[in-house]
Amino acid sequence: MTRLQFRIALVLLLMFALVPPLGALFEQPFLSYFFARIMILGIAAVSLDLILGFGGMVSFGHAVYLGVGAYAVGVLSHHGIDNGFIQFPVAVLASGLAALAIGAMSIRTSGVYFIMITLAFAQMLYFLGISLEEYGGDDGMAINRSEFGGLIDLWDPMQFYYLVFGLLALFTYLAHRIVHSRFGMVLQGTRSNEQRMRAIGFPTYRYRVAAFTIAGVMCGVAGALLANWNEFVSPDYMHWTRSGEILIMVILGGIGTLVGALLGATGFLLLEEYLPDLMDLGAQGWGEHWMLLFGPLLILVVLFGRGGLYALLTRWAIRHG
Amino acid sequence: MDLVLLLEQTLNGLQFGVMLFLIAAGLTLVFGIMDLVNLAHGSLVMIGAYLAATFTGWTDSFLIGLLLALPATFAVGIITEIVVLRTLYQRDHLDQVLATFGLILFFNEGVRLIWGPVSLYSDLPSYLSGHVEFIPGAPYPVFRLVIIGIGLAVALLLYLIVAHTRLGMLIRAGASNREMVGALGVDVRRLFMLVFGLGATFAGLAGMMLGPLTSVQPGMGEPLLILAFVVIIIGGIGSIRGAFVASLLAGLLDTIGRVFLPDLLRTFLNDAAADTAGPALAQVLIYLLMAGVLIVRPRGLFPAQSG
Repeated sequence: MTRLQFRIALVLLLMFALVPPLGALFEQPFLSYFFARIMILGIAAVSLDLILGFGGMVSFGHAVYLGVGAYAVGVLSHHGIDNGFIQFPVAVLASGLAALAIGAMSIRTSGVYFIMITLAFAQMLYFLGISLEEYGGDDGMAINRSEFGGLIDLWDPMQFYYLVFGLLALFTYLAHRIVHSRFGMVLQGTRSNEQRMRAIGFPTYRYRVAAFTIAGVMCGVAGALLANWNEFVSPDYMHWTRSGEILIMVILGGIGTLVGALLGATGFLLLEEYLPDLMDLGAQGWGEHWMLLFGPLLILVVLFGRGGLYALLTRWAIRHG
Repeated sequence: MDLVLLLEQTLNGLQFGVMLFLIAAGLTLVFGIMDLVNLAHGSLVMIGAYLAATFTGWTDSFLIGLLLALPATFAVGIITEIVVLRTLYQRDHLDQVLATFGLILFFNEGVRLIWGPVSLYSDLPSYLSGHVEFIPGAPYPVFRLVIIGIGLAVALLLYLIVAHTRLGMLIRAGASNREMVGALGVDVRRLFMLVFGLGATFAGLAGMMLGPLTSVQPGMGEPLLILAFVVIIIGGIGSIRGAFVASLLAGLLDTIGRVFLPDLLRTFLNDAAADTAGPALAQVLIYLLMAGVLIVRPRGLFPAQSG
């Protein structure tokens, strides 16, 4: 990590840490509620960046692990097990197994076939969720928040917020360490030239499946958090547009930078939240049609925004010392 | 198993299959020739449906509405190609996925802005809304038969174009080796534009057929789009023949699976387990088919690309 990258990460985390006290100061409790969601999806985006940015694996079904993590919490809660010390390990295990199975099959393909097969697996689990009548089917189900034996109280917004914050910091650090480990170097090697890596003796397939599984687990934890945050689980967590959104967050922030994924998640959700208001300011009544602007904006980011928000920020930082 | 029901469901599956083919045909051409992943192809289905519903309302004739909507969808396709997609051909698939995802948002919201968020329902003219009883004891809707007929006619037309015209020759050449076609002096830009317009028109036609069957609403093409992608992967990217075979296979498998799978499972499992597992399994049959095909033939049933 360059010093600049480190500084951006630090500033961003500091900002996240300061949201609840600032929200309390200005009597905007909505802020910490909103930023908890940003951080949860930030974890999902970082996990995707790990395989997309460093392994070159364009997974178009990453939201599936959000769903698996969420359903692990939801199904246990539905059967009366609210203990987070059981729920979260089960979420980790379930999303890990799902990612291992999907990865093992998908990684045999490459290019656009990989994009499509990950999407297909995500659709399978999405429809599986819809057909689970016991767990609300299409409509999903309301759930209780996890209990941690009095250690952490998720019903307290502050404690929930800082639990998410802690996990975000942990996972971002972990992803950073993974990327810069020997394992991460091999992974990046397979992105540049898989054949060559195989030729010099690395079992690339195993490395890629392992990375895919790690990313799935991280995203699964984000899913478990999201289920708690919403107090609700539904197949919508796994809808293909949500996988698209996580992809967009990573691109918007800047692929292969990790910090960028956090920037992207923040930028994306801020836009989603405030673009309608902004458009209403410009022309009354147009706020509800914010996607009319958001879609082309996305296209412009893809066409001209090489490197995303991260590159924008570094260029600005370099110019201003 | 009830023979009449089986026959009826086979026809339903065929109808669903040709609908998928109408969408998949354009998708596989665009994908195979221009190497463009176009998620917004489903939006063209939606736009076709809206245009047809509007023109039908204006002219009071389903047929004239259809005939007006076809060139209009063609025009929308061409404009989209010129304004946005043309710049994407040289980009990698990830960029294409994202940019066309943006297009979907734009089209859905645009449709909502012009036609409102409420679904449109269009009535079929009397000559299409009846039933014929050609399977004894099971009257079958005429319109579904018409869809099957139109789908098969389009397939035949496409076959004639691809196999027997100069345009078709270029399309085949483009699918197997893009650079070479350009190097031989073909105006690739015009070829791409034409192919895209053609694909858009077929997608629009699918939407026009779908409108009276269900309802016309924003985002109506998206579930079909993903199935169409699955179909072209199964069939082999760039292959019309592959798209046709895979579409019919997927349509039949899905429709017949939904009806008969719960019964079939009941012979192995107890009733309760079969009732839960049946619908779930039926939903994912097409995806299982794709996974299976990719494991045996990683490049689909009829790969068009050379090397």
